[in-house]
Amino acid sequence: MAEIVIKDLRKEFGDFTAVKGSSFTIADGEFFMLLGPSGCGKTTTLRMIAGLELPTSGEIWIDGEEVSKKPASQRDIAFVFQMFALYPHMNVRRNIAYPLVSQGLPRAKVNEKIAEVARILGIEDILDNPVSGLSGGDRQRVALGRAIVRSPKAFMMDEPLGALDAEFRERMAEELRALHDRMGATTVYVTHDQLEAMQMGDKIVVMNHGVVEQFGTPQEIYDHPATMFVADFIGSPPMNFIPFEGSVSPGAASVRVAGTQIALPALREEAHARRMVLGVRPEHVRFTDEGAYRGRIEAVEYLGTTQIVTLDAPNGTLRARLPSSDVVRTGEVVGLDFVASTLSLFDEASGRALRTAANEGVHHG
Amino acid sequence: MSAHSITEPSSGTKWIAGILVVGYAVVTLIPLLWIVATGFKTPADAISYPPKVVFDPTLEGYVNLFTTRTRVTPEQLEALPPPEGFAEEIVRSYGMVIAGPSRFGERFMNSVIIGFGSTFLSIFLGTLAAYAFSRFKIPLKDDLLFFILSTRMMPPIAVAIPIFLMYRELGLSDTHLGMILLYTAVNISLAVWLLKGFIDEIPREYEEAALIDGYTRFQAFYKVVLPQAATGIASTAIFCLIFAWNEYAFAVLLTSGTAQTAPPFIPTIIGVGGQDWPAVAAGATLFLLPVLVFTVLLRKHLLRGITFGAVRK
Repeated sequence: MAEIVIKDLRKEFGDFTAVKGSSFTIADGEFFMLLGPSGCGKTTTLRMIAGLELPTSGEIWIDGEEVSKKPASQRDIAFVFQMFALYPHMNVRRNIAYPLVSQGLPRAKVNEKIAEVARILGIEDILDNPVSGLSGGDRQRVALGRAIVRSPKAFMMDEPLGALDAEFRERMAEELRALHDRMGATTVYVTHDQLEAMQMGDKIVVMNHGVVEQFGTPQEIYDHPATMFVADFIGSPPMNFIPFEGSVSPGAASVRVAGTQIALPALREEAHARRMVLGVRPEHVRFTDEGAYRGRIEAVEYLGTTQIVTLDAPNGTLRARLPSSDVVRTGEVVGLDFVASTLSLFDEASGRALRTAANEGVHHG
Repeated sequence: MSAHSITEPSSGTKWIAGILVVGYAVVTLIPLLWIVATGFKTPADAISYPPKVVFDPTLEGYVNLFTTRTRVTPEQLEALPPPEGFAEEIVRSYGMVIAGPSRFGERFMNSVIIGFGSTFLSIFLGTLAAYAFSRFKIPLKDDLLFFILSTRMMPPIAVAIPIFLMYRELGLSDTHLGMILLYTAVNISLAVWLLKGFIDEIPREYEEAALIDGYTRFQAFYKVVLPQAATGIASTAIFCLIFAWNEYAFAVLLTSGTAQTAPPFIPTIIGVGGQDWPAVAAGATLFLLPVLVFTVLLRKHLLRGITFGAVRK
């Protein structure tokens, strides 16, 4: 059980900088998600915490101790690899026992721990099987067993569900989360799947090009994205962007887009004659008869409980998520209304969200 | 109509393939069979024309291979006590007695020591080097690898004279150590390249898992990587052994006594008391056995090793 603190962590591979000065804190017992597209530096960050990669600069504190120069074997953390990395020349029992053997634990104690772990994971009946014949899910469980057997300070997981079939993923995600809740150990989990991150994480760090874009709870990140990248990366379909040019001053509670006043949370900062972008989640777009901002329905995608409606609006294409029961017709022109309290306003050049009454206290990278 | 899959060859194709394989095996095995058979012939049968396919087998060739003999007068032969064992009997039928053991056993042991010694050393150094090349950042890695490969680009015998002079200076001529070092030097490039290929195929995650599980880098290497590389090590070892075992030119050049291996020794048998082909054939037969046994023991690894990496698992 441990708190993990990352300070100005940086990693260069030759000319390429994989991680550019990340800082964040992972609270004790948290299920922490490192989220981002491939090549964003999330796996490198995880590997630096685990000790498989040496940082170029910066500090890593695990349980109050600076460990950035320590070898992996002395950090007392466990790592679950994407391909599981079960030792192929050993059976399930020996795989799980392996971390205990290195500690020189007596045989009786080792057997006791293996039995306990096997019971928790429900793999008692395959303990003496070779690992080569196991199904994806069982491999996953054995990999987890090897990780939890010595009760480490923290768990590192590198896309552990990535190698599983879609149908199995959901079940393992639930099992993983349940296991975490039961053990209460700090877990750092790397994924590129935003749904997985939202579903399982207590906190999420969103990374892009080696930079931490945002750090917060899934709700914060979804509702108040700190940058346009986060707004676009999280959510399916992603946040709508409505570009416009104008000026805003602190206290203003609306912006003028294509001749229409659109209400939004009161601004806390100013911007003069700039290109700005209004961000609207698809589910916050409403159809009204009288709305001055109007769009023409281009396409409708039926998704069961909801439908995604694509509209041609004055400042670009918009997508709206509506209940399936609403009747919409392609070609129809409708008035659009946005839920004011949910809107975000971004500076287009920097991609940064302007401070408003709604997003105060949101952590930027 | 019989249904068969597209990837499965048809029975006609299988027949043709079978005939070709058997035909190839016959062509390559006839000389071997001839050598083995000659070892059990009398010198007269061995050179008879037309060649004898059916003959009375005798161990004369093997007796002559392992012994030195001297001719005695019929009177002396009469005076001797009755022969002990079949060897003495065969020798006396030619009016000779066994004077002592030949050098063959000694030379054969030299081959074993030098062949297996250099194979072990090549594999030991090769595995460590291949692991380092595969896993670590090494300055000028590609150049070093190319340099190692380049030592293989000329026939080793091209440097025979410098090596001969160098070995004489260093006192390595006609020593076991000298021959082991020489064969290791020739084999090491093959070993490094082959083994690097095998180790590259082993996912790093296995070692990383071991590092996380509390093992040092070296422990991870020998407890996790080595068992995974067993296939590659076995097939590389066979290639190294075959070279060191069969090498003739340097053995002739650099050894004459203490460290002489079997290949330069076997032809010298022929000069002892006429053209003793059966003894030469017996020596050649015995010489073939160790590599044969070694290969058969490791054949599973060899086959897997040759096709390793060809198919993604």
